[in-house]
Amino acid sequence: MRDLRTQFPTVEGTVRAVDGVSFDVYPGETVCLVGESGSGKTVACESIARLVDPPGEVVDGEVRFDDRDLLACAERDLRAVRGDRIAYVFQDPQRSLDPVYTVGEQVTEAVGYHRDVDGAAARERAVDLLDRVGLPNPAARADEYPHQLSGGMKQRVAIATALAGDPDLLIADEPTTALDVTIQAQILDLFADLGDEEGLATLFVTHDLGVVAGIADRVVVMYAGRVMERGSVTRVFERPAHPYIRGLLDSLPGRGGERIGGEPPDPLDPPAGCRFHPRCPHAVGECRSGDGPPLHGVDGGGEAACVFHDGVRDSTVVEAGPEPRSERDPTHDADTSTCGADGGPR
Amino acid sequence: MNRPDSSADPGAAAREATAADSESSAADSGSTADGVDDADREPLVVVDGLEKHYPVRSGVLRRRTGTVRAVDGVSFAIERGEALGLIGESGSGKSTVAETLLHLQEPTGGTVRFDGRPVGDGGDGVDDLRRRTAMVFQDPSSSLDPRTTAGESAAEPLRVRGVARRRRRERVATLFERVGLTADHRDRYPHELSGGQKRRVGIARALALDPAFVVLDEPTAALDVSVQAEILDLLADLRDAFDLSMLFISHDVSVVRRACDRVAVLYAGEVVETGPTGAVLDDPAHPYTRALAAAVPTPDPRADRPRHSLSGAVPDPADPPDGCRFHTRCPEVIPPEDADLTSAEYGAVIDLRVDLADGEVGLDRLRTRVDGADADSLARALRAEYDLPDPDGDAGRALSAAVDEAVVGDDAAAVRRIREAFGSPCVRENPERGEGDRSSACHLPPE
Ligand code: SF4
Ligand code: SF4
Repeated sequence: MRDLRTQFPTVEGTVRAVDGVSFDVYPGETVCLVGESGSGKTVACESIARLVDPPGEVVDGEVRFDDRDLLACAERDLRAVRGDRIAYVFQDPQRSLDPVYTVGEQVTEAVGYHRDVDGAAARERAVDLLDRVGLPNPAARADEYPHQLSGGMKQRVAIATALAGDPDLLIADEPTTALDVTIQAQILDLFADLGDEEGLATLFVTHDLGVVAGIADRVVVMYAGRVMERGSVTRVFERPAHPYIRGLLDSLPGRGGERIGGEPPDPLDPPAGCRFHPRCPHAVGECRSGDGPPLHGVDGGGEAACVFHDGVRDSTVVEAGPEPRSERDPTHDADTSTCGADGGPR
Repeated sequence: MNRPDSSADPGAAAREATAADSESSAADSGSTADGVDDADREPLVVVDGLEKHYPVRSGVLRRRTGTVRAVDGVSFAIERGEALGLIGESGSGKSTVAETLLHLQEPTGGTVRFDGRPVGDGGDGVDDLRRRTAMVFQDPSSSLDPRTTAGESAAEPLRVRGVARRRRRERVATLFERVGLTADHRDRYPHELSGGQKRRVGIARALALDPAFVVLDEPTAALDVSVQAEILDLLADLRDAFDLSMLFISHDVSVVRRACDRVAVLYAGEVVETGPTGAVLDDPAHPYTRALAAAVPTPDPRADRPRHSLSGAVPDPADPPDGCRFHTRCPEVIPPEDADLTSAEYGAVIDLRVDLADGEVGLDRLRTRVDGADADSLARALRAEYDLPDPDGDAGRALSAAVDEAVVGDDAAAVRRIREAFGSPCVRENPERGEGDRSSACHLPPE
């Protein structure tokens, strides 16, 4: 995905939900798109297969999938890609399930849509898929309606439907958010298996950093429509470069660090400069104007969009940055009174 | 205690009360315990053996054919100023506990005492409980009217009480300041507020009548982590300031860890473990609590994700398992005394028994997997499907016989045989939860 921009015109102005976002997903890997609500993470992944509801519109950028620009190709070609090569799983499984058909009928229909097989073979493949996603007693469950299933089972059925076309890329938007932790763990196991065994690439959207740590190979952190940081999951969690992700990590129970105050910006009127500056404990003058810092490489791999990573100053400068506490306490060694990330347990 | 309309400051009444309390307790500690009024010593909320059973009716005559045991003998107490967390998966009965506790639904058994007085049985305890209890719901959008400003929403309970307009405005101004909203927020409509601000309005409204007890149903569900942390901090502040007792209902273990002094773990309508939050969550005594705590993803990319997490879901409350209700999912279930089986192997046998009893084995599907449809290969396929053990002696023979019965479709006989041959305390008897500050209901010997 290159420089993607998706906007929603509203009566009060244009919401630039996704404002110049780029990232890659390689075959077989799991990339987690992390951010708070309003960060644009959902819109970004809906933009990939042009699923954004009007009046929302992808106004610029490129989504290359197998050397094809999905944003430029005809709706007909796109339809072939959508579902067949790229499949979606949503937070609410209801969105992919129709209440008036049995789950077997729905998965069978999805199979028939993608493959040229007769009814019996499609049905058999559907039951195989339901079995694959761990639905207990799939042959009998296939005759049940969605409302007869628990939330976890519905999500399994939605995943089976998504797998019907043997996709290469699965885009999962908060698929476990509404589930109990125990059921969430079961579904995450399933995603991990699908990645390992079927070589499926997954773009996983979530706000839960615990989930990210458990399943991601790489992480893309979004804030107010922009990418703030990208990198391998170990690097981002252990040496977060951007103050935003550091604050998010510090907000976690048990970390005991300083957390982020305030709330995300108004999407109609995002702040100038670095969009995180109103909540950033390190903000300096240059953070408050211009178009915001671009992504720069950071030690250990990946990139971060913060003025303190422009190659001139290194990351130790960020940590000794304008931190109010250390200013008030002159006896405090500036090098150790870093932002909370270093205070938390590693 | 002052009624809110007599004071524009929501804190004043509570602070006075707190001051009085601490004075009296200071005096008490100097005197002998005999002189202390019971109401001062009893926790604010005492729930004993709370039960909510619903009849299951079927057929044309709507005859009662069974019982849904949504809440089945739940006991706990909440001290003044204490926050208790009630955790468990969906279907565990958490919300029904709250509703029956508040008598929004009549309990079918057990007692509730509030501030030293029994609730229910025609007394005025219910009125007292309702007047001094507030609820904060999980989805603020559903409790805030989209056409009402935040200030009016928060003042609603005061308006219902007939508090004069000017008083209401003063009171809301104080409340808003207390929950971290500005005067400017008062005239906004819900759609003009962020998720966190809506929660704050809900909390302001809950505080309007100066409650002593606040019930919070998933108060931070669907909030971002940073906002969630702020709301929990706010609730902790308010609890301290007003000496509020709180009941947090949540399926989110991390919320309860952050916000509660004590926790009660609910499974299939029963409290299986209770104790101080840190002790229970960091060193769980009950296998269910252990599994629940382990299922919470840790934000450490190097940690191994727990594989083989708890399978299945909370059992149907209309047909809870015999013995320990958790035995059908328990990873630590006690194997039969006379068979040489691990908990996991015994668990496989239990899975088979449960599926046979529910008619969920799916022989047809197994048949499509094996080449020959003869009984032997089907039996092998069934064993493989459930990962069944092959113990020596009587247990092994009984299991083989049960598998043979299952393969020919005689599920009932197979279930009976497994029950007879594979007994265990976990299947025979529902463990009692002991008394005391920290208790757990499990047959396993404490570590
Ligand atoms: S650019 Fe400035 S405001 Fe933005 S994250 Fe970096 S230090 Fe903070
Ligand atoms: S009594 Fe048995 S089944 Fe129940 S929790 Fe304890 S070990 Fe597990």
